[in-house]
Amino acid sequence: EDINSGQTQTFTAMLGLSIKEVSAALRDGRMSATQLCRTCLDRIQETRCLNAYITVTEDLAMRQALEADGRLSMGKPLGPLDGIPFSVKDNFCTKSIETTCGSRMLRGYRPPFHATVVQKLLDQGAVLLGKTNLDEFAMGAGSTDSVFGPVRNPWSYATPYCTYHSEGKDPESDWVITGGSSGGSAASVASLSSFLSLGSDTGGSTRNPGSLCGVVALKPTYGLLSRHGLIPLVNSMDVPGILTRNVQDAATVLGVLQGQDEKDSTTVSVPDSPASLPEDLDIRDVCVGIPKEYHAPGLSADTLAQWDRVAGMFEQAGARVMEVSLPHTQHSIVCYHVLCCSEVASNMARFDGLQYGHRSEVDSSTEALYATTRHEGFNDVVRRRVLSGNYFLLKQSHERYFVKAQQVRRLIAEDFWRVFRAGVDVLLTPTTLGDAARYADFIQEDNRTRSAQEDVFTQPVNMAGLPAVTVPTALSSRGLPIGLQLIGQTLQDRKLLTVAQWMEQRLDFPIICFHDDTQGQDGQTGSRERMQFRIIKDNTKSHAVIK
Amino acid sequence: MAASSSGNRILLHKLNELITFKRICNITQHDIFIRRIRTSRSKCQLQPKMHTKSPPQMVGVVGLEIHAQIHAASKLFSSSGVRFSAPPNSLVACFDASLPGTLPVLNRRCVEASVMTGLALNCTINRKSLFDRKHYFYADMPAGYQITQQRLPIAVNGSLTYSYLGGRKRNQVVTKNVRIKQIQLEQDSGKSLHDDHRNQTLIDLNRAGVGLMEVVMEADMECGEEAAAAVRELQLILQTLGTCYGNMAEGQLRVDANVSVHRPGEPLGVRTEVKNINSARYVAKAIDYEIQRQMEVLDTGGTILNETRAFDSKSGATVPMRDKEGLQDYRFMPEPNLPPLFVYESVASVPAGVDPTQVVVIDRLKAILPELPGVKRAQLVEEYGLLPEHSFTLVNEVGLMDYFERVIQKTKAEPRKVIGWVIKELLGNLNQNGLRLTQSPISSEALAELLNILESGHISTSAAKVVFQEMWKLPEKSVKQLVAELDLELISDQEQILQICRRVVDAHPEEVRVIRAGNKKVLNKLMGIVQKETKGRTDPLQVRRILEEMTS
Repeated sequence: EDINSGQTQTFTAMLGLSIKEVSAALRDGRMSATQLCRTCLDRIQETRCLNAYITVTEDLAMRQALEADGRLSMGKPLGPLDGIPFSVKDNFCTKSIETTCGSRMLRGYRPPFHATVVQKLLDQGAVLLGKTNLDEFAMGAGSTDSVFGPVRNPWSYATPYCTYHSEGKDPESDWVITGGSSGGSAASVASLSSFLSLGSDTGGSTRNPGSLCGVVALKPTYGLLSRHGLIPLVNSMDVPGILTRNVQDAATVLGVLQGQDEKDSTTVSVPDSPASLPEDLDIRDVCVGIPKEYHAPGLSADTLAQWDRVAGMFEQAGARVMEVSLPHTQHSIVCYHVLCCSEVASNMARFDGLQYGHRSEVDSSTEALYATTRHEGFNDVVRRRVLSGNYFLLKQSHERYFVKAQQVRRLIAEDFWRVFRAGVDVLLTPTTLGDAARYADFIQEDNRTRSAQEDVFTQPVNMAGLPAVTVPTALSSRGLPIGLQLIGQTLQDRKLLTVAQWMEQRLDFPIICFHDDTQGQDGQTGSRERMQFRIIKDNTKSHAVIK
Repeated sequence: MAASSSGNRILLHKLNELITFKRICNITQHDIFIRRIRTSRSKCQLQPKMHTKSPPQMVGVVGLEIHAQIHAASKLFSSSGVRFSAPPNSLVACFDASLPGTLPVLNRRCVEASVMTGLALNCTINRKSLFDRKHYFYADMPAGYQITQQRLPIAVNGSLTYSYLGGRKRNQVVTKNVRIKQIQLEQDSGKSLHDDHRNQTLIDLNRAGVGLMEVVMEADMECGEEAAAAVRELQLILQTLGTCYGNMAEGQLRVDANVSVHRPGEPLGVRTEVKNINSARYVAKAIDYEIQRQMEVLDTGGTILNETRAFDSKSGATVPMRDKEGLQDYRFMPEPNLPPLFVYESVASVPAGVDPTQVVVIDRLKAILPELPGVKRAQLVEEYGLLPEHSFTLVNEVGLMDYFERVIQKTKAEPRKVIGWVIKELLGNLNQNGLRLTQSPISSEALAELLNILESGHISTSAAKVVFQEMWKLPEKSVKQLVAELDLELISDQEQILQICRRVVDAHPEEVRVIRAGNKKVLNKLMGIVQKETKGRTDPLQVRRILEEMTS
C-alpha cells in the first residue's frame, strides 16, 4: 500500500514535467506510458469540475499507451512524443470518436477520419486522452458558450486568487473563465491533465485562453499546419494552435505537425528543422517592435506593467526595442466581424440535418426540416453570425461590406509587412486586455461584445496570417496569469519561438504542479469543493500546488 | 479553329446534290438522327418573310449555358470515382458528402480538360483563375453551396463555328458563328428522387462533385435549329478532345437556354431560362416552342416574365418551374480553401520551386490537341473530293469517318463512289434498323471486299446491292461465298449474252420500231428486260452496246 501510494505520488509529480523531461522519464523506464496515461486519466477525473473535456477516450488511450510501452521497452520509440498524453479541441475530427464542436448540431457525430494534425500526433505514438470543450463552433472568447456548459479556469482554485478574494469568497460563484474558444484545451494543459493540446486559432482562440490559463500557446503561420479535419470557423484565418507548458515543447510539437498536406491546398512545404530550439540566441541581434496602437482602452494596469517590464528586459539585455505603428489595427475588429460572419454563414450552410448531425422531427417539407434543424441545432451566437453573414454577402451589400472588409484586411496585413521590412524581428504586445474575468461578470455582456473586446490584440495577426505566441509572464494582483504575445514574420515561426524561449527563461512564471495531498484536512483531494491550488516557492522555481 | 472555318467556307461553295443526304434524313427518327437535329418547322427559315406594311417581324434571341461533365477518373475536388449508373451513393468521398473539416483538392485532369476545351474553342486561357462559392439550399447539394468560377473563369472570349442544312429545300449548308463568353470549372450536384407516394426524397450523391465545364454561349443564335447545331458541334469537339463523353441521355451534356424575342433594332426583350433539356432534338424543340410562346404572349398584349421554365418532352411545351430561381441571391464568396489556379504558357515560364510535372502547361496541351471536326471536314473535301454535306455526315456520325477511311484504304474504288455506299447503303441500313455504327453487321473490310469485286467487273452495281443486303442478313458468310451462292457473277460468255439480247429484240418488235424511229429512250426498257432475265448479271454498258447495234 505504502509503496503504491509512494509510486502514485512520484507519478503524479511527473505530470508537472515538460514533454522533454517526461519523454526522458519514459525512455529511462522511470515510469511506463501506461502509468503516465493512467495518472493523466485520474487527473482528468479529479478535475472534472473544470469541465475541460467533452469526451474522455479512456480505453483507446490505455490501448495506445500499451503499444507505446511495447516500443519504449524495445528501446525503439517513434519520436519525442511517443507515449505522451495529449488532448484535442473538439472541433478537430477524430475517427470514430465523437466530435461535437460544443454544439447540439453535432452531438453524437463520429467522423470517419482523423484530422491531419491528430493523425500526425498518433503516428508519433502520442496518446489521445480526449476531446476538449470549446465555445460552440469556436465562436467565442470565453469558452462559456458550449452546449456542454462553460469551462472553469484552474487558476480559480489556486491560492493566489483565493487569497486575494478571501473575504466572502465562494468558489462556486467566483470562479474565472478560461478565455476561448480553446478553453478546454488550455485548462487541460494548465491543470496538468495533458502535456499538450491542440487548439484552433481564428482570432485568438488559442492565445487568449493560453494567456488566461498561464500556458504557452502558439498560433503558427497560416498554411504551415494542415486544416484538413479542423471543422472551420473562418477558413482564411483558421490555424491549428499548439498549447504546451513551455516554449521548447511547442517547438517540438510544431516540428512534428508542420508541413505540406495534399489534403489541404493552402499548406506550404518547409524544410525540416532540428527538434531543439537554439540556446545560443544573441538577443543583441534582435529588434523588438512595440506597436503604439496596442495601448488600447481597457488595458489593465497589471498587463501594462508587465508589458513595460518585459520590454525593458529586452532593452536591458541589449535588444533593439523600438516603437512602431500599425495604423489600421483599429479597424481590425469590425473588419473581422464582417469576414468572419460571411464565412460562417457559408461554412454553416452544410448543417442541414440530411447527411449527419442533428435532424429535427419536423419533416413536413424539406424547407421546414432545414429551418427547424438549424434552429434547434445552433445556439444564438451561431445563428446571429449566420444571419449577419448572409446579409453581408447579399448582392446589395457585397460591395459595401464584404469587399470593403477584404480591402481593409489587406491594409492591416500591409501594416505588419511594412514594420517587418523596416527591420523589426518580432513585435511584443499584450495578449489580452487583462487577466481572466469572473464568469458571473463575463456573461453580463453578450458573445459578440465580448469577442470584440477580447480579440483586440490577437485578431489582427490572423488577418495577416502571421505566427504569434503567448508566453505566460506573471500573475496579476488578483493572482491570475497574464501572458504577453510575440508576433513574428511569415514562416519565421522557429525564430519567433527562439525569442519566446529567451523571454520565458527570464520570466520565472509559476507552473501549477500537482501536489498529492492524501494527508489533507479531510482527505477529499480532487473533489470539486476542495480542489484548491497554492503557490509554494522553492529556491529555483515557483510552483502552484494543490492544497 | 481558323482551319475549321476555312473548311466551312469550302462547304459553302459546293451546294448541289444534297438529295442523298436529305433522303437519309427523312428515313427515321431514331436517336442517331436525333443527333442530326431537325425541326419540323424551322423558325430561322420563317423569319425572312416580312410583311411589307407592318413593323419588322419579331425574332428570337438565344444564348446557351451548356454543362459538360468532364471525362476524368475522379471528381473535381475529391478522389472518388466517376461512373454513370453505379449503385446509389457508392462513389461518395467524405468531401462529396460535405463532412465538416473536409477540404477541396483540385483535380489537375479537370483543369487540363477545360484548358484543352478552351483552346479548341479559340478562347483566351486565363493564366490565373479563381474559385467562388455560390450558395443555395438544395437537398442534392450537401455543402449548401457549389464551388464555381464566377469572378475569373479558366477560359474566356472564344468562338464556335457551326453549320446546319438550311434553305427552302434544306439543301444548303449554312455556316454561323457564336461567341463563347467563358468556360468555367464547377461542381456537379447530386440527384434527388422524389417519392411522392411515400412523401420522401431519396438522394444519390454519386454525381455530387463531378467536374463540369460550363460553356457560356452569347445570345448570338436566333432559333432552335441554330442552337441545336451549335450544341451538336460543341458535342463533337468535346468528344474529339476526349474531355467529355457528351452523352446527353446520361446527362453528360446538359443545356440551359436563355430565350427572348424582339424586333431587330429594338432592345432585347425580357428573357426566360429554359432548363432540363436533355437531347439535341429537344434543344431545338424547346427553344422554338419558347420563341413562339413569347411571340404569342406579346402579340396578345401580354408581358414576358423573367422566369425559369422547364421543357416537358411529352407535351413539347415549356412550363414555369415552381422554385423561384429568379429571386435567388447566390451570395457569392471567394472559395477560401483553394488558392488561385495558375496555368503556365510553357515549361520555361513555370516559376522556380514549382514542379513542372505538377502544373498545367498550355504548350504541352496544345501539342496533343487532336484534329477538330472542322479541320477533318475540310480535309475530307480536299483529299477525297467529297461533297461538303457528305463530309458533314462522315464527321458528325460517331466513327463513320474512320470507317470510311478504312474502306478507302482497302479498295480501289473511287472515294466518291465509296461515300455513296457508306452513307446510302450502310448508314441507311443502320438507321432503318436502329443500330449504331459499332453494331453494324458489315465491317469496313467486308464492304471494301464487295466494292473490289464490283470494281473488278465480276458483278454489276445492282447485283452488288443485292449482295450488300445479303451480307447484312448473313454477316458470317464471306462476300465471295455470297456472290457465288446467289449466282450473281456477270455472264462472261459473250455468245450467251448475244443470244439473250437477240431473243429480247425479237420478242419486242413494237419497241424496236419506236427505237428505230428515233426514240432512243425505249432502249432502256429493253435493257431492263435483259437485266431481269439475267438477274442483273450483265454489264449494262455492254448490253446497251449490243442492243444499240441490233436495233440500228
